[in-house]
Amino acid sequence: MNAPRAQASPPVRAVANEFSAERVRADFPILAREVNGRPLVYLDSAASAQQPRAVLDAIEHYATTTHANVHRGVHTLSQEATAAFEGAREHVRRFINARSTREIIFTRGTTEAINLVAQSWGGAQLKPGDEVLITHLEHHANIVPWQMACAAHGARLVAAPLAPDGALDLPAFIALLGERTRMIAVAHVSNALGTVLPLREIVAEAQRRGIPVLVDGAQAIAHQRVDVQALDCDFYAFSGHKVYGPTGIGVLYAREALLAKMPPWQGGGDMILTVAIESSTYNDLPWRFEAGTPNISGAIGLGAALGYLEGLGLDAVHRHEQRLLAEATGALQALPGLRLIGTAPEKMGVVSFTLDGVHPHDIGTLLDAEGVAVRTGHHCAMPAMTFFGLAATARASFGCYNTSADIERLVAALIKVREVFG
Amino acid sequence: MDTRDLYRDVILDHNRSPRNFGRLEPADGSALGHNPLCGDSLSITLRVQGERLSELRFNGQGCAISVASASLMSEAVTGKPLDEIAALYHDVHGLLTVDKYTPQRPLGKLMALSGVREFPARVKCASLCWHTLNAALEQRNAAASPVAAAAVSTE
Repeated sequence: MNAPRAQASPPVRAVANEFSAERVRADFPILAREVNGRPLVYLDSAASAQQPRAVLDAIEHYATTTHANVHRGVHTLSQEATAAFEGAREHVRRFINARSTREIIFTRGTTEAINLVAQSWGGAQLKPGDEVLITHLEHHANIVPWQMACAAHGARLVAAPLAPDGALDLPAFIALLGERTRMIAVAHVSNALGTVLPLREIVAEAQRRGIPVLVDGAQAIAHQRVDVQALDCDFYAFSGHKVYGPTGIGVLYAREALLAKMPPWQGGGDMILTVAIESSTYNDLPWRFEAGTPNISGAIGLGAALGYLEGLGLDAVHRHEQRLLAEATGALQALPGLRLIGTAPEKMGVVSFTLDGVHPHDIGTLLDAEGVAVRTGHHCAMPAMTFFGLAATARASFGCYNTSADIERLVAALIKVREVFG
Repeated sequence: MDTRDLYRDVILDHNRSPRNFGRLEPADGSALGHNPLCGDSLSITLRVQGERLSELRFNGQGCAISVASASLMSEAVTGKPLDEIAALYHDVHGLLTVDKYTPQRPLGKLMALSGVREFPARVKCASLCWHTLNAALEQRNAAASPVAAAAVSTE
């Protein structure tokens, strides 16, 4: 296996040749625009990924040919809209290899999916003195809903610590599993640090104790193959806009046996079978958890995004992005005064960093002036920042359309930041 | 959009060597300002003699714009009558948010902040210290008794 070492050509070529990110870029109209007079370098896909033409076309096609409300009416448009919407659900099922579409609930996004579980499952299951175990690297979306549920039911939220490199301290995590632990809620990949969590070990420990596991998959879904049966988790949540789809649509995968025992969450149309003033009977899964007219075009756009990604090949995308991550890590480490935040052995999609003497907010403004879009701030993961004694970092994150040239532009712009601040 | 207009020498200098950095104890008024967008926080303690702000210190962490703005503000308001500070606040707010704003009075070094207006995402960084100063002055008025320091947010 010494072939990679023997290869003399720079990684720039290797990436371009194998994956043809240039061809991928052509599928994303927004990447053709300029920002502040420079071609856009978009390194903020972890906040929101851009949409390919295929997604925009699917949404436009739906709106111009098919739109009507779903699950209502016998007219042609309503039937076609229902078929397209439920077709998107089947696409999601296939994409994450769920057993049945009964386990696929459309939500507004990851946040709403976790709130659904925290409130419905939590409302039925959490008792005073119970514990919910999370980690210190969670996104606020996987902290606050549990805080609220714990406060409502007298339960306690417990957070497992991190290792100094930003990996999960797995022995400490396991030690925190107790008799009162009722739920484990963990990220698949940290949005602030890029850390990949050891889900196999976590799920194995959880199953030994009969504790359900919720996985916040927002930062994983676009970057590698996700198979909920192989993961064997009980809940998996993700957002459409992190996987090249539209905003306002997301998915909660939930093991049917758990879902069947959960009380309905929001009430309204579509989630009922019959309604009388005194009481109602509820619809079957998954619609029982989808009150009101859903985001139909969002679901269809999400389906198109998944199809697009399948077309590229998730394994090829994963290899491409891992190579970019390695390349960016190397290039950034070489910059004087730059400190990488989060250097866990297993990472995905994200490089977080600080620059001595320059606040991340100033980095963000100066990079933007060069047409380079990165996220700066606490990344909605304030406990993770606190763990590193920081208020903020700058973060570059990668998607299927990023190239080595993007990393070169990032590095060049960071050198300019250094020049301004001396 | 030229970042040289934002990061002028005066701004960079006050960021590197902030004036009046620290804390007054005891203080007549204090407040904690917070910018939830970036997680930055700024605390202000001040003393008042008669109707004049005699001393002000700030500390906390923040970007170059917020640190320099607080530092410039501390120099501009120290020794000034409170009503003049209110008028100054009005002018700085105009400078940060209104196109081609003409200040009612000479702003001196505070004019270095005029570039911020071109960067809407950064206006809150520059105005945080002024909001916090107002809160500290109000807290002083409200609190003849020892209450918790006032807190403000840019949101």
